[in-house]
Amino acid sequence: MKGVSNRFRLQAAVVAAMLAAAGAATEAQRGNANQPPQPAKVAAPVDLTGNWVSMVTQDWRWRMVTPPKGDYRGIPMTPEALKLAQAWDPAKDEAAGEQCRSYGAPALMSVPGRVRISWQDDQTLKVETDAGTQTRLLRFGTKPPGASPAATRTARSWQGQSAAEWQMAPRNVPVNLRPADRVPGVAAPAIGKGGTIKVVTSNLRPGYLRKNGVPYSENTVLTEYWETFKRDGDQWLTITTLVEDPRYLRQTRLVAIPFKKEADGSKWEPTPCSSRW
Amino acid sequence: MTSRMLVRTLAAVLSFTALTAVPASAQIDLSGYWTRESDVDNGYSREVVDLLGIPVSADGRAKALSYDIASLSATERQCQMYPPFYLFTGPFPLKIWSEQDPITQKLVAWEIDGWGDRGGTKIYMDGRPHPSPYGQHTHEGFTTGSWDGNTLTAVTTHFKMGDIKRHTSFNSDRATITYRFTRYGDLLTVTGILEDPVYLAEPYVLTEIFRQGSGASGFPLTACEPIEELPTLHENPALVPHYLPGENKWTNELTQNRGIPVEAALGGPQTMYPEYRKVLKDTYKMPDKCKVDCGTAAPAQVSNAPAGGRGAPPPPAPAGGRGAPPPTQ
Repeated sequence: MKGVSNRFRLQAAVVAAMLAAAGAATEAQRGNANQPPQPAKVAAPVDLTGNWVSMVTQDWRWRMVTPPKGDYRGIPMTPEALKLAQAWDPAKDEAAGEQCRSYGAPALMSVPGRVRISWQDDQTLKVETDAGTQTRLLRFGTKPPGASPAATRTARSWQGQSAAEWQMAPRNVPVNLRPADRVPGVAAPAIGKGGTIKVVTSNLRPGYLRKNGVPYSENTVLTEYWETFKRDGDQWLTITTLVEDPRYLRQTRLVAIPFKKEADGSKWEPTPCSSRW
Repeated sequence: MTSRMLVRTLAAVLSFTALTAVPASAQIDLSGYWTRESDVDNGYSREVVDLLGIPVSADGRAKALSYDIASLSATERQCQMYPPFYLFTGPFPLKIWSEQDPITQKLVAWEIDGWGDRGGTKIYMDGRPHPSPYGQHTHEGFTTGSWDGNTLTAVTTHFKMGDIKRHTSFNSDRATITYRFTRYGDLLTVTGILEDPVYLAEPYVLTEIFRQGSGASGFPLTACEPIEELPTLHENPALVPHYLPGENKWTNELTQNRGIPVEAALGGPQTMYPEYRKVLKDTYKMPDKCKVDCGTAAPAQVSNAPAGGRGAPPPPAPAGGRGAPPPTQ
């Protein structure tokens, strides 16, 4: 009996060790083994760096030109916001040195222009725009400013503070979501590993969602999902954008902004902020 | 432990590992009801000629300018369906569900329900090939899909010519659509790239965001039934409302209403790139105030377009269904 018991223990130990090894191997395949987290630049599942141009196929008459006062279609404004927008005076903004009000993070990616993305360091993705000559810093490994201690917050700015994280594919997939066996003789498509950046931005200076004075407040929280993909040699980027501002918006403003990658920066043309154009 | 036991144990461990391992591509569940949420003007055109930001080719522009929406009042055209790109420009929600192989339980296709005026989309996931270029073209087209990480990507071919933005521009039957369905919690972002060698000079990209809902409300699934809409068409069944080249009288409506130059209203790939603002800087005349279709707390709306029938632009008080704009925010 004692021999059987020892043999059972030994067998159980071997099985446990093998299971642990198998689990570790699976984790290692995913790059999630018990190791210190990799820098965001190294862990990046997709490459967003390069030169991008915004494709203005949506909301053209509010983006490509400055709409007149009173044109607020498509934005769920509160009465307080409406009152403020009706008092819009670009000359007053210029006099106050506030020409960049429509280039803050909640509006910036909708401004027609080119975007240059590069790694500033291993944990910071730098996003520059030629329109308004703005720079956003998407910092990985940090908490959203709202969740950070007050001591770590910086002064409010047009681009605020942005906390970024990679969002990866789920670990386990139920069988009913796995594609059926392929038709014989048909090659499987090249499967990308995907990956999206989630960015949460706050600590913003109040500005405009639309150049004609539609406001957002300093309490605005901007959440974005940056996703890139390739199609027939072209690379695209879609930025899903949620703007939450209980003061000036009746509901979350949702837009998804498309960009296309360009071969180089030859069309990069920095222009200063303008409150009129 | 005997060697036989060790082999058995090892086999059991390997089987367990195989069953729990992560597949090469990851998939997520898209099934459910999804309501349209994004604040963009994908399907909205107040003015009759509005090709702003649409990369139409010369042929695409000619087609758009010859079109008279009153043609839809002809009995034989009243139930004409929209093409698959209407997923981005229509006002309706999505109902998505999956179809499993009855034996393996694996996913054969994702299905997107149709609406009263749009056919459903069945996205085959089993790798079957698209039909020959000479294959039948339907309202729905033929769609296959695969996963790219968290994103379902799909391609639709073999659909008919149709309207891609509120009766102002069209795709030919040689067009293709590439979709990206990416889920972020209870949100679903869909990116669509329409490519058309006939009516577009460059790919046309639109996006839409949906939020997961709890029911099917808002689905207009009733069948279309033709009725007599315009007496003139009844009296002259041979009449097909249209504009001859150079005779479309609405080309300057955007200029009158919004100060946007005619050249921009006529679209083309150049109008969707930021550098086109240099042209606009000298030609755009900003109105003193918003005159038409202003959204929140808009002043009384002014319409200078013809009234009545399907040929008319959307009325100031929008009604649901075909020809009507999405709800004003």
